[in-house]
Amino acid sequence: MKIHEYQAKEIFRKFNIPTPKGKVAFSKEEAVAAAKELGKFPMVVKAQVHAGGRGKAGGVKLVKSMDELENVVSSMLGMKLVTHQTGPEGKIVRKLLIEEGLNIEKEYYVAVVMDRSSEKIVLMLSEAGGMDIEEVAEKSPEKIIKVFVDPLIGVSAYHLRQAAFGLGLEKDLQKSLMGILKGLYTIFVDLDCSLVEINPLVLTKEKNLIALDAKINFDDNGLFRHKDILELRDIEEEDPLEVEASKYGLNYIKLDGNVGNIVNGAGLAMATMDLIKRAGAEPANFLDVGGGASAEMVENGFRILLSDKNVKAIFINIFGGILRCDVLAEGVVAAAKKVGVHVPVVVRMEGTNAEKGREILLSSGLDLRTAKDLKEAAKMIAQLAKE
Amino acid sequence: MSIFVNKDTRVVVQGITGNEGQFHTRQCINYGTNVVAGVTPGKGGMYMDNVPVFNTVKEAKEKTGANCSLIFVPPPFAADAILEAIDAEMDVIVAITEGIPALDMLKVKNYLRGKKTRLIGPNCPGIITPGECKVGIMPGHIHKPGGPIGVVSRSGTLTYEVVHQLTNMGIGQSTCLGIGGDPIIGTTFIDVLEAFEKDKDTQGVVMVGEIGGDAEERAAEFIKKNMKKPVIGFIAGLTAPPGRRMGHAGAIISGKSGTAEGKIKALKEAGIAVCEDLGSFGEFAKEVFKL
Repeated sequence: MKIHEYQAKEIFRKFNIPTPKGKVAFSKEEAVAAAKELGKFPMVVKAQVHAGGRGKAGGVKLVKSMDELENVVSSMLGMKLVTHQTGPEGKIVRKLLIEEGLNIEKEYYVAVVMDRSSEKIVLMLSEAGGMDIEEVAEKSPEKIIKVFVDPLIGVSAYHLRQAAFGLGLEKDLQKSLMGILKGLYTIFVDLDCSLVEINPLVLTKEKNLIALDAKINFDDNGLFRHKDILELRDIEEEDPLEVEASKYGLNYIKLDGNVGNIVNGAGLAMATMDLIKRAGAEPANFLDVGGGASAEMVENGFRILLSDKNVKAIFINIFGGILRCDVLAEGVVAAAKKVGVHVPVVVRMEGTNAEKGREILLSSGLDLRTAKDLKEAAKMIAQLAKE
Repeated sequence: MSIFVNKDTRVVVQGITGNEGQFHTRQCINYGTNVVAGVTPGKGGMYMDNVPVFNTVKEAKEKTGANCSLIFVPPPFAADAILEAIDAEMDVIVAITEGIPALDMLKVKNYLRGKKTRLIGPNCPGIITPGECKVGIMPGHIHKPGGPIGVVSRSGTLTYEVVHQLTNMGIGQSTCLGIGGDPIIGTTFIDVLEAFEKDKDTQGVVMVGEIGGDAEERAAEFIKKNMKKPVIGFIAGLTAPPGRRMGHAGAIISGKSGTAEGKIKALKEAGIAVCEDLGSFGEFAKEVFKL
């Protein structure tokens, strides 16, 4: 789960990580009130959306007066922000963070992540702050310092020293950096994060280290023990169909294609998307109804897929094994009738009573085409793609 | 022969009295698996069908000689269950549970270092040596006993699809296992490939990968350096968008890393036959393995 910068900064403050003074605003009035409270210009207006690359896209603006602030706020609220992370459809800006401006001398990168390869928690630092860290990693990997921490031991003072010496800061600042790193590590493990990042961490002319930006991603599997974090979820940032699907317990991701698909199991669902593409069509979604797959799941799946106007055909691919295909087929027919499926549906089911399941589908009077295996299904989809 | 489990494997099921635990224990027993014990804290002394239930894994091992644990414990308590099985010195632990916090698994994995226990999973369908022993939730009947092909995968139902096509082509399997869809897992592709290479009944291996992480790339390197047996690769997720978690917690393209294209390229560069059309996987395998 992702949260906004302003929410991440609130968490930072709780863990004694210095952040600029600032306030979130949902309207022009609130923005002006926040600016009055901060008092001193220049200030920075930052669009709050769940995507990086806001600066380059015009989502971060420096303002030197109240007039300028009002103008910027008016144009930014409600605007569609397109960054390299949002995709061409962009994100609507609904919230702004109004912050004090800082005298920046230097920018650093600091983060805590989980490293899949080494199976450790990693403190990651770089003097190339404010840039896309993946680009830095690719072009000049020597500029990235990594300190590996065994999660069973936790972060020790020497880890922090190693990191701080690596950046070559002067003595007073080293201490302050070590405090920040300790805070980031604590947030990471206490709140079940998958990423805690400051990019950039700035050194001001007054010789203070301050988190100019803040990013926290949470491990969805850890959220059950953090009810307070769950409340930070902003469903306006998510695709409405995906939100709807999540209510039914469906794992759905919307894509741009025209062939919808309902599959049991994530790996098979991905492979099914690939198969649709190979057949000459484009997958409209990823939808995993879980290893089991029930009629109710299929019914909800139909509903979600049919709300996507691009969907011209649906492919149901269920490898049940011990699942009873006749029962599922009855469910599919009932669901198709109930929801009013108006596009052709290709069904491939494998499992107990598969033959009986196919008969039920074929005698339903609906446009349900049955494929005995994936090869046949792919041919049917290729045919539909041409129609 | 086979890898990791066989007809002599004695299974204890942790979480045997839950719905899933009961259902799949019965399925395993029907397949012929030697399920000797169950564990549910507080329910020691009971029986699930004819299987005695104990309060702890240690006790179950002492009383029944169990050497392999199958775990159906819900996510909040799953890491604890795995740790208990490690400390009871199980030879093999198969963790089916999906949704264990990554940090919990990170601790478990680091605790496991240097110990003899082999952890398979979590978030996996388990392991089966066809005709001998099924420790997991996969449908047993789609498998064909007697080898000669080993199957290893990060997925569940996609593995069934691949196995089913092999069986339909008359190609049997030595052992099939899912290593799990999470970012942190016990047994890796390389562990399994190494075991298959040593197993005299395995003549070839199918490796089913997907987007996320670099396990396939590392496996490719291992295969090139260390394997004489032929390997077929399949990678799911060519059409997956970057930055999105595709069902499995570990299936995510981060920036430019973890893409299906990158993995397929790495496999091909290592001289591994990559099947690009799942619909005709069976024919492809028959040709490559010359069976």
